[in-house]
Amino acid sequence: MAKSVLQEFTKGLWTEVPPYRLVLGLCPTLAMTKQVDMGFGMGIAVTFVLVCSNVLISLLRKVIPRNVRIACFIVVVATFVIVVELLMQAYTYELFLKMGIFIPLIVVNCIPLGRAEAFCYKNGVLRSFADGMGMGLGYTISLTVLAILREVFGNGTFFNQPISFLGPNFQPYAFMITAPGAFVFLGLMLCIMNMLGKK
Amino acid sequence: MREMLRLFVVVTLFGAVSGGLLAGVRAGTQERIEYQQIKFVKGPAILQIMKGCTNDPLTTRFKLKDGKEERSFFVGVFDGKPNIVAFEATGKGYGGNLDIMVAVNVDKDEIVGVGVTTHRETPGQGSRVQSDPKFTSQFKGQSIKEPFKVKTEGGKIDAVSGATVSSRGVTGAVVSSGEIYGRLKSEILEKMKSIKS
Repeated sequence: MAKSVLQEFTKGLWTEVPPYRLVLGLCPTLAMTKQVDMGFGMGIAVTFVLVCSNVLISLLRKVIPRNVRIACFIVVVATFVIVVELLMQAYTYELFLKMGIFIPLIVVNCIPLGRAEAFCYKNGVLRSFADGMGMGLGYTISLTVLAILREVFGNGTFFNQPISFLGPNFQPYAFMITAPGAFVFLGLMLCIMNMLGKK
Repeated sequence: MREMLRLFVVVTLFGAVSGGLLAGVRAGTQERIEYQQIKFVKGPAILQIMKGCTNDPLTTRFKLKDGKEERSFFVGVFDGKPNIVAFEATGKGYGGNLDIMVAVNVDKDEIVGVGVTTHRETPGQGSRVQSDPKFTSQFKGQSIKEPFKVKTEGGKIDAVSGATVSSRGVTGAVVSSGEIYGRLKSEILEKMKSIKS
């Protein structure tokens, strides 16, 4: 059953959203959602890498020999990751300092490589582009939502700005900022997604 | 054999194209990245030791070759005269290299200020050489050519207590900054003449 291009796009937003449904790319999902700007920045960086590598790999899928495809995928993904790293250094240096090692680690993040192997090597450019956009946006939204929850309740701030709607008696729930807190919240999100998905 | 050759050619081409692309992006962003690094890493120290200057020392800068190394110099304008130059020097701290920024008055060869830019010292211990202004202010007004030493080595610099090695690192870095200044002074003066404000 062939899916339409639009379906390839929307599947990344709900039915196959990377961190919750495919359960891929969890390392940055846990580490980069302490603050909203980090989560959002990570999502955008991954989206850029994903879209570029998806398009390029599907364009070159006839040229890449089967035996060395993984090596070629890694070269393509790594190239775009370094491009992102340089651009972030040049334009968003503070965010670059905060995210540190997690930008180069996008190379070994399973999402770009996984999409290349599972999708782009078999599908055309337009579909691969839609797939990359969908997956990237889905990933960005997931990370941003998790980061909003963790930053607002764990730190009492939003985009590093103090917020007041929680009232003056609000005590930051510091557990949410810790790594175990990230696991618990990831689990809760999965739980909610599964409950909604059943209907 | 033909198949092997094809694999070889494809992977080589991928590597070559990727290398070329990255070189291009790097060349395009290098200048901006350098400015960002100066602004966020060295900037705070430069502005702190050049308090009171009327220009932006981060943009008034030039480079000089020191042997194989290239060094950046930042010029501060005081009372309408560009006579303060700041540059970086490196010393050995407790946890690794320790970089400092030294501002020198070129008319008097006097130190105007010393600030630590990057270090790997123990937080709360050695890191106090960066946060304690009392320590770095000891260099203020001294001649840049002096061979500074901490008191335990017979010198006159009071080390931060509990951070002797880090203090020695900063002191050593100031001494090496004096050597750099001695080597490049004529070229620095030449360059600063061309900066008029």
